[in-house]
Amino acid sequence: MKTIDLIQESFNSLKSNKLRTGLTILGIVIGIAAVISMVSLGEGSKISIQKSIESLGSNNLIVFPGIVQPGRGFISSGRGEAQVLKKDDVKEIKKIDNIVAISPEVQRRFQVVAETGNNRNTTILGVDVDFFTVRNMEIENGNLFTDEQIRSYSKFAILGNQIAKDLFGDVDPLGKKIKIKNLTFRVIGVLKAKGSTGFVSYDDFVMIPYTVAQKQLAGTEYFNSIAVKVDSKENIEKVREEITNRLTILHRVDEPDFTVFSQEDILSTLTSIINTFTIFLSFIAGVSLLVGGIGIMNMMLTSVTERTKEIGLRKAVGAKNRDILNQILLESTFITLIGGILGIMLGILISYGVSKFANLTTYISLKAILISVIVSTLIGLIFGLYPAKRASNLDPIVALRYE
Amino acid sequence: MVELKNINKIYKTGEIETIALKNINLKINKGEFVSIMGPSGSGKSTLMHIIGLLDRPTSGTYILDGQDISKLNDDELARLRSKKIGFVFQAFFLLPRKNVLENVSLPSIYSEIPINIRKEKAIECLKASAFPLNFIYHYPNQLSGGMMQRVAIARALMNDPEIILADEPTGNLDTKTGEIVLHTFQKLNLEKGITIVLITHEEYVAEHAEKIIRIRDGEIINEEKVKNRKILYHNNENN
Repeated sequence: MKTIDLIQESFNSLKSNKLRTGLTILGIVIGIAAVISMVSLGEGSKISIQKSIESLGSNNLIVFPGIVQPGRGFISSGRGEAQVLKKDDVKEIKKIDNIVAISPEVQRRFQVVAETGNNRNTTILGVDVDFFTVRNMEIENGNLFTDEQIRSYSKFAILGNQIAKDLFGDVDPLGKKIKIKNLTFRVIGVLKAKGSTGFVSYDDFVMIPYTVAQKQLAGTEYFNSIAVKVDSKENIEKVREEITNRLTILHRVDEPDFTVFSQEDILSTLTSIINTFTIFLSFIAGVSLLVGGIGIMNMMLTSVTERTKEIGLRKAVGAKNRDILNQILLESTFITLIGGILGIMLGILISYGVSKFANLTTYISLKAILISVIVSTLIGLIFGLYPAKRASNLDPIVALRYE
Repeated sequence: MVELKNINKIYKTGEIETIALKNINLKINKGEFVSIMGPSGSGKSTLMHIIGLLDRPTSGTYILDGQDISKLNDDELARLRSKKIGFVFQAFFLLPRKNVLENVSLPSIYSEIPINIRKEKAIECLKASAFPLNFIYHYPNQLSGGMMQRVAIARALMNDPEIILADEPTGNLDTKTGEIVLHTFQKLNLEKGITIVLITHEEYVAEHAEKIIRIRDGEIINEEKVKNRKILYHNNENN
């Protein structure tokens, strides 16, 4: 049987019941679109996390107090509870080569009241001068802290882009006063917007000198973390080891009572969370694809039963079992192919809509498209195989007598 | 052409065995016009299915054109059917979603006939079966029974068969249209030398053949030349 005849016969028989063919195709369209949009959402989140973490400054190491328990990831570490990082640690780290900048940080949540009367509960970050270098922050308006201001316990504040808007609205915050826990700070700068970086958004933070934060707000001499900027990627592992060794000795402990993260660690942790999530979502989407496949099988079985006589006749006029098998298989594959193409288009449309209206990053990879085309074609073959086998094995005499 | 030796066909349904054909010995020569006659249930359809390679005998030898078919697999049988045999059924079996031309062309998609000459060939077959050519784009449900059977005959001719097996071809037709069909068979037999095997339970229809083979309870009970053959087609008709 010629391929062109095969295609024509298959196409004609699908065309003869347009509604049924259409509904079956719809099942596949929904399945494929669901898979494509879920995968693109996952891929998009991964990319946006990657971007935002990288935007926090590249080649960074962050020292957290406490030990991360294996398998639990850094998020569940008790970094807030353990108190081991002090000014001496910062001094010790400064001795290490290949370090560009160090930023010890104290972090607390307080109610912030602005002169305008607006107030917000937000994160107050006690920082050193190098914070802005390490975390890649740029000033939009005003000035950064000077060394002098930090050392002299100046009550100055630099606002994240969003909190500045929340507190002051259209009023220029520069020179205005804000109150944190009965202390009055003067706003000397507003940072450029940075966007969310996974779990934290520095746009919502209020930065003040760490000296003030430690002594007058938190009443502690400890830091919540120390961020270290290394001069190049190649030196990251070396510096991480050096920090670990030096601080272990300094703390006079056998095992480190702190953890040094690199940005890659954080990235890979977040990526693995997103991967799990993507797999979960794709699995659910995959179920709908499976249901679509069952729909094909159902349709093909019905159609084969309806065409019993026709199949008998075709055999009588010379069709081989293989000719019948190929025709039924092609019909089901054709459904999934059309469904696949439409599904990809719908999936792209959904992804586009999600990124447009829900403001989530989506990324449609060629890989996702290729996989869904292959998967949908396979579904057509697999779910078409049983009906096709049944049709091709029909006894022509029985088929011709079938009522 | 067709040679059956000691053919038996036994159907098994659970424990019960039904003997459909018993020790059939039969020879049909090339260019012959033969009727197989018998009451319903006599096994004449089973015999036709075996001759038409749609079914295999339980035992015995079937030689078609010098070839023993018992050694052939399903695909080879399909190829032989496509090449040598044309079927005409009582119920026509036209595909309702194909028009006349497409129905006639159906066998050609399973044979070697090139696409570009199919239409021409189909029209030639429709002419041979006396089908009115202004109806070739009509669908089966727009045709009368007689016209449908002529389409079916044209379809049987599509692959230039050596033998046409017609199972009660006039069973669903009135006498007049039935005669047109029988006329066509006689013409094909005489003009093209196609072997015709006509299966019927009507004496009147059977008498259009040269020879009648009577079958009852799966056995051939009698084989005789038709004495007063009904001739509908005369050689000089075209002149």
